Amino acid sequence: MLYFSDLLQYSDVFLSGLKTTVELTVLTTILGVALGTACATIRQYGNRASQRVVSVYVELIRNTPFIVQLFFIFFGLPAIGMMLSPWEASMIALTINLGAYSTEIIRAGLASISKGQIEAAKVLGLNFRQTLTRVIFVPAFEKIYPALTSQCIIVMLGSAVISQISVQDLTYAANLVQSRNFRAFESYLVTALMYLGLSILLRFAFNALGKRLFAYRTAD
Amino acid sequence: MIEFSNYDILRNLMFATQWTILLSLAAFIGGTTVALTLTAMRLTRNPTMQRIVKIYVELFQGTPLLMQMFLCFFGLSMLGYEISAWGAAILSLTFFTSAFLVEIWRGCIDTLPKGQWEASRCIGLSFLQTLRFIILPQAIRVATAPTVGFSVQVIKGTALASVIGFVELTKVGTMLNNATFEPFKVFTLVALIYFILCYPLSLYSKHLEKKFNVSR
Repeated sequence: MLYFSDLLQYSDVFLSGLKTTVELTVLTTILGVALGTACATIRQYGNRASQRVVSVYVELIRNTPFIVQLFFIFFGLPAIGMMLSPWEASMIALTINLGAYSTEIIRAGLASISKGQIEAAKVLGLNFRQTLTRVIFVPAFEKIYPALTSQCIIVMLGSAVISQISVQDLTYAANLVQSRNFRAFESYLVTALMYLGLSILLRFAFNALGKRLFAYRTAD
Repeated sequence: MIEFSNYDILRNLMFATQWTILLSLAAFIGGTTVALTLTAMRLTRNPTMQRIVKIYVELFQGTPLLMQMFLCFFGLSMLGYEISAWGAAILSLTFFTSAFLVEIWRGCIDTLPKGQWEASRCIGLSFLQTLRFIILPQAIRVATAPTVGFSVQVIKGTALASVIGFVELTKVGTMLNNATFEPFKVFTLVALIYFILCYPLSLYSKHLEKKFNVSR
């Protein structure tokens, strides 16, 4: 039998967990995409040495599990003198992780901007900053926006792992509740559905944001 | 107290790597089998079937793999179905793998022009014959690179099985860390082994992608 009513008294535990997950997601999405944009720009337009460094970073992160990266940062770095709180460690790990994936995605967008377009901007008298933002970044981001946002959602789901270093996120709440009342199936099911709701909500939010960001398309 | 030399650490990690590989293989085989079934269901063009596949994908792509593992492991045993960590890991990784592969393969099949289905119908091929002789040979060529690429995600996904107590690479890493208090060394080695497992697959996937693009 399932007893979902046993979860009701813990609703504030779930809600505070949800709050932590949402906060971390918003923060790491912003930081991760910023990191990815910087790295992708270096990867596409930088000199050879810096391109090398970025590729090594991207490949290292993309080919190791997130949980190992998290353990490395949380347990490994203090051993060489960098003490981090669980929250800081997971924020850094999530940002680095999203940064690597978004570098690959954004670079694909940058690569799709043809050289002629940049030359045309120069001929029209746009300065470097204008060219970079209006001619390169906006069209590039528009192309890869769906891939980038689904990666952000994947990172949000992956953040469930940070409960393992005792960050009090949604998964931590689920573990706490099931250890109190032994309603494991109910607790995890409700939490899974909350994650599902969160990912659907995020997708809507990203779509709405995309419509605003790339509004110039519909204008003409 | 037992002392762990570097050799001991490496030996234990190598032993655990076998279980990571085994779990990855099991999950990949399970995942492709389920994904094939789901793809077939989707291709029947029956609205109910298609809706079922859509909900399945949405459900397993929209929830964390860790949560699926908890549900399979703690949840099912609380409901009275005894399941081992190994069984729960395979089950949840199969769900995870199949949900993503169905979507990947959908993209591959949809890139083929629709006219091919109609042309096959015109020259009198049945649905299965169309699939067997026209669609699949082309779709498999397109699908190989992203499927190999996704196998990297499966290997990385197996790391989460450590959380439900399945003894694989990450779990042995945390155990060795508790025994040796050398987290920096241990987790560097763990990460390195994952990298050695995954990087060749990433490279191969990239190579296949290039090869396909040239021949097109």
